[in-house]
Amino acid sequence: MRGFSDMALELRGKPLAIRSWAVYFGPMTRQGPGSLVPAIQLRGVVKRFGPLTAVDGLELEVPQGVVLGLLGPNGAGKSTTMKMLTAQSIADEGAIRILGHDIPTESKWARARMGVVPQHDNLDEELTVEQNLRMFSFLYRVPRRRRREAIERTMRLAQLEDRGETPVDDLSGGMRRRLLIVRALLHRPELVLMDEPTVGLDPQVRQDLWGVISALRDEGVTVLMSTHYIEEAERLSDEVALMAKGRVVERGTPVDLVTKYAGTTVEEYTPQGEGGLAELERLVHEHGFTTRRTGTSLSVLRAEELPESLRDRLGRPQRRASNLEDVFVTLTGENVE
Amino acid sequence: MSLRQRREDARPEHHARPGRFEADAVLGVVAREWILYGQSWRATTFAAVVEPTLYLLCFGFGMGALIGTLAGYSYIDFLGTGIVAVSVMFQSMMPAVINTFIKRRFLHTYEGILAAPVDVRELVTGEALWLALRSGVYGCVPLLVAIGFGLRPGPGMLLVPLIAFLAGFAFALFGIWISAVITSVRSMDYVFSGLFTPLFLVAGTFFPITELPTWVQTAAMANPLYHAVELIRGSVFGGLGAGQALLHVAILAGFAYLMWNLAAFQMRRRVVG
Ligand SMILES: Nc1ncnc2c1ncn2[C@@H]1O[C@H](COP(=O)(O)OP(=O)(O)OP(=O)(O)O)[C@@H](O)[C@H]1O
Ligand SMILES: [Mg+2]
Repeated sequence: MRGFSDMALELRGKPLAIRSWAVYFGPMTRQGPGSLVPAIQLRGVVKRFGPLTAVDGLELEVPQGVVLGLLGPNGAGKSTTMKMLTAQSIADEGAIRILGHDIPTESKWARARMGVVPQHDNLDEELTVEQNLRMFSFLYRVPRRRRREAIERTMRLAQLEDRGETPVDDLSGGMRRRLLIVRALLHRPELVLMDEPTVGLDPQVRQDLWGVISALRDEGVTVLMSTHYIEEAERLSDEVALMAKGRVVERGTPVDLVTKYAGTTVEEYTPQGEGGLAELERLVHEHGFTTRRTGTSLSVLRAEELPESLRDRLGRPQRRASNLEDVFVTLTGENVE
Repeated sequence: MSLRQRREDARPEHHARPGRFEADAVLGVVAREWILYGQSWRATTFAAVVEPTLYLLCFGFGMGALIGTLAGYSYIDFLGTGIVAVSVMFQSMMPAVINTFIKRRFLHTYEGILAAPVDVRELVTGEALWLALRSGVYGCVPLLVAIGFGLRPGPGMLLVPLIAFLAGFAFALFGIWISAVITSVRSMDYVFSGLFTPLFLVAGTFFPITELPTWVQTAAMANPLYHAVELIRGSVFGGLGAGQALLHVAILAGFAYLMWNLAAFQMRRRVVG
């Protein structure tokens, strides 16, 4: 009974050997947050491309039922990580498990249980919307009698019901994205990987997609979503992981991270004249505060703790609530759109 | 859309373990080609009919008038059966090299497919299966044309689609392997001139290989197309012993099996980083 001994191991708080016991019980793995088998588990994962180390000892665990936003500047290794989860890229070092399945050895089973929205659109342009979905209903093993239902359901989710006959080539960018997303939902996956699902979409379309992601979350589907839109991560994610240079540098709920790194208030000071910004920066840093430059002004994080004496010397601030973007910029040293 | 409906539509399900090699995965790959064929069958059929007709007309009558009989057959009969094999090779290997390369490199079709529970072997099998089916059907067209030119129909001809299917499957896998070896469209020139041409010339298609130098004859034994030609001619005209026929089938099947492994191996190297 290796299964139960492994469970015992796990219950002692050492989830070292999560074997496939949960898999024997099938639906037991679907218990939402707190369930024993993490949806995603990466341990010391390294991926190199020649001299470049794209993923550098990545540690990441996503419990089932959680929406995790993966934030990171360009080249942080988000897409590489996603590709390793589908075994389309093989890690050089480390261990990866998805819903209890070892990757890459049991990757096919893992892929049967997850849906993948790639960063770069790989829809079949020569086929219509309906034909694209039909093809994938085979690939995802949707049983024959349920294929029609699956196709109709996903077209409804994408709000493309009346576009079934349209060739993908004739769809707008937003429609293509929607199709790309729901294509991953044909088989009602338990885990969905989304690599920048809303990039380049207008706000209305993006909001519609947020609706889909929220519905997934409400139904207990685990979502790993990389994004450049901080607002999106803040709004949709139960937790965010900040990634830089191939590692997770910080992880937590948006609220906790903001409180920890940026306090409650940010004050923006706009100095007059040349060199004023640097001077201001020096002054604030002397008092141990963190700042970031935004255009011609200086944002002081955790400004609620600024001593009055210092504040008097800085000038008149614009006040706003701290947000995740402040945290992101502080931790990664990069600006985002 | 109502919130309830959306939640209902997003609800997850439990998923069984997929098999090591599943028909649905292969069919999904075939489905794409089948759908596209629905849009292009007219052009495909046109090419499949017109080409052998022209070959038979020009070579059959032009050369046939000079040659008369060849290896015991009237030249047009000899040629008609040879062209079946050639068109099988063209119908399977050519699109296997070109389309597979384009789908991998430019359309990113395989990236999408392999994110689903499909492995490279199923993918490669699906691609080859479709081309083999097409070859099995279109390979018979030159035979029908040759019948129009006076080839006597016989029951052995019923084996031709099967032989065309087997040869088509093998050549498609050969083509897929090549498409995974080459790294640019430019290198296809090497493939077509350096590989295709000798393959279809030195196979007993347009003339018997018995007139060629001995070493070329020996080399032709390693040419799968030669075995396809022999099988096709043997079924159409009879005169091929069971042992010989089995040997040709075994060589074609062995070649298909080798290519199946090579294609899967090389494709995996390309699509898994
Ligand atoms: N196939 C590859 N060959 C060589 N280098 C690669 C390959 N794939 C990714 N890289 C490199 O690995 C690093 C991480 O890339 P990755 O695409 O994972 O970043 P990302 O976080 O997704 O960035 P973005 O936000 O721009 O999508 C980059 O420096 C990239 O150039
Ligand atoms: Mg990326």
